Amino acid sequence: MSNQRDPILKNIRRRKVVDFLFSLAGLLSLLFALVTLLALVVDLAVTGVPRISAEFFMNFPSRFPEKAGILSAWVGSLCVMLTTACCAIPLGVAAGLYLEEYAPKNWITQLIELNIINLAGIPSITFGLMALGIFVYKLELGQSILTAGLTLGLLVLPIIIVTTRESVRAIPNLIREASYAVGASKWQTIRYHILPYSSGGILTGVIISLSRAIGETAPLITIGALTFVAFLPTSPVQSVFPFVSLQWLKDPFTVLPIQMFNWLSRPQAEFHVNAAATGIVLLLMTLVLNGVAIYIRYRFRKKMKW
Amino acid sequence: MGAVTTPSIRADVKNLNFFYGPKQVLKNISMPIYENRMTALIGPSGCGKTTLLRCFNRMHDLYATTNYQGQIILHPNMQNILSSEIDPMEVRMRIGMVFQKPNPFPKSIFENVAYGLRVRGVKKKSFIEERVVKSLQQAGLWSEAKDRLHSHATDMSGGQQQRLCIARALATEPEILLLDEPTSALDPISTAHIEELITELKKDITILMVTHNLHQAARTADYTAYMYLGELIEFGLTDKIFTTPSDTRTENYITGRFG
Repeated sequence: MSNQRDPILKNIRRRKVVDFLFSLAGLLSLLFALVTLLALVVDLAVTGVPRISAEFFMNFPSRFPEKAGILSAWVGSLCVMLTTACCAIPLGVAAGLYLEEYAPKNWITQLIELNIINLAGIPSITFGLMALGIFVYKLELGQSILTAGLTLGLLVLPIIIVTTRESVRAIPNLIREASYAVGASKWQTIRYHILPYSSGGILTGVIISLSRAIGETAPLITIGALTFVAFLPTSPVQSVFPFVSLQWLKDPFTVLPIQMFNWLSRPQAEFHVNAAATGIVLLLMTLVLNGVAIYIRYRFRKKMKW
Repeated sequence: MGAVTTPSIRADVKNLNFFYGPKQVLKNISMPIYENRMTALIGPSGCGKTTLLRCFNRMHDLYATTNYQGQIILHPNMQNILSSEIDPMEVRMRIGMVFQKPNPFPKSIFENVAYGLRVRGVKKKSFIEERVVKSLQQAGLWSEAKDRLHSHATDMSGGQQQRLCIARALATEPEILLLDEPTSALDPISTAHIEELITELKKDITILMVTHNLHQAARTADYTAYMYLGELIEFGLTDKIFTTPSDTRTENYITGRFG
């Protein structure tokens, strides 16, 4: 009997060795990626973290590295993100909803969908070139926060459209039919069911897209963002009538990654420390944004049961 | 079943053909739906019974490449609800539906029942509350739901969810209630509960129900229609269909020779 079993056992052993080898290869690949990333972050943190202080956030850039700060950069990033969100969210959500709920399912719709997915993969500098031609020169919006917000808005629009569509599609048809069956209109179905039930997914997509936009450098350099800004945009709150001002939209600006790039390109090592510190700030902002996105997704998953 | 005199007609299906794209799913169907009676649609899977049911509230209009021919005349005002001149929303406001799988909205119990009134633009709070209570009572859910009207509907059991869906359909006082295999996803106890409920409801409302379960049809329906491959083979009083069917295909199905 054992003679008969031997070849079977041998066969099993051989296949188990292959199994083991593959899992080892997979683990090593994973470790390689993780360790490299970790080394980069640790290196950045060791150089940059000691430089981070309240003054670093409250100072304008300066030619003395120890006095230089990122005030204009983080305010600029904040303003640009706000503008980006304001133009990309309504457009993206409406477009996604239209494609999923209203558009007839034919080849034209499919062509549009395909192009939106492709649009998400276009190099960001191309968006910068387009924005330079249209927003800066044709529409004469200048090298302003508005131009930057619109540019980044267009850049992340495909991401918002795609995530909106995906979260809308995840709602089972049963729910739509239940709503229509009592005599609801399309808009009522969207307003009372589709939008609320997909808002978790949509919000996640919005935050992910903002965390991508916050790190974008190339398109903003292309439209002519300044690299040395020692002033803040006009305050939105004014002491004279009408007390609110949108002048800040037309102001020149810089953003965190550009500030970082600017410091990195200087020869003095002290400025490189500033760059590392800015990098840490950017990294933390992105991490926080993604963390919020994951939390929202978790909360909504728990709430939505069909 | 006590239908001694023939009741009045509530809806009349006349020469109904239905197509999914080029494929004909319903073939020249004609049958009456009697007022305050329960009509069961039976037949093997794929015979078109659910398709026929969904014609009654124009559910097919939600999807492209579907096509009706023929008429469903709603009495007493003799309106053809399949006419392209009638908005499907109007039809759905008049004819309620309960689906195979319980599909409450992930909202509160109260909001689920009130939804039909809300989409009609009813604003009066007292009226909505009154109607919600009445519908939950009719659906036999009041005693279980009254202390948790504002808790999540999806936290209820499957049988409770299905009764909630019935309450949701009843809240707008539909002229006809469509039930699409309402107990096929439920356990035997919930099923018995819903059958009891249906027997109670049909005193005041016309019901059309699709069922897979022949015993259920025999127990609850006044009239039964047997469908096979998109055709209506036989329609008549449930007693007659189950005891002395006139078509051999009906007999074969009823006696369990196929299907």
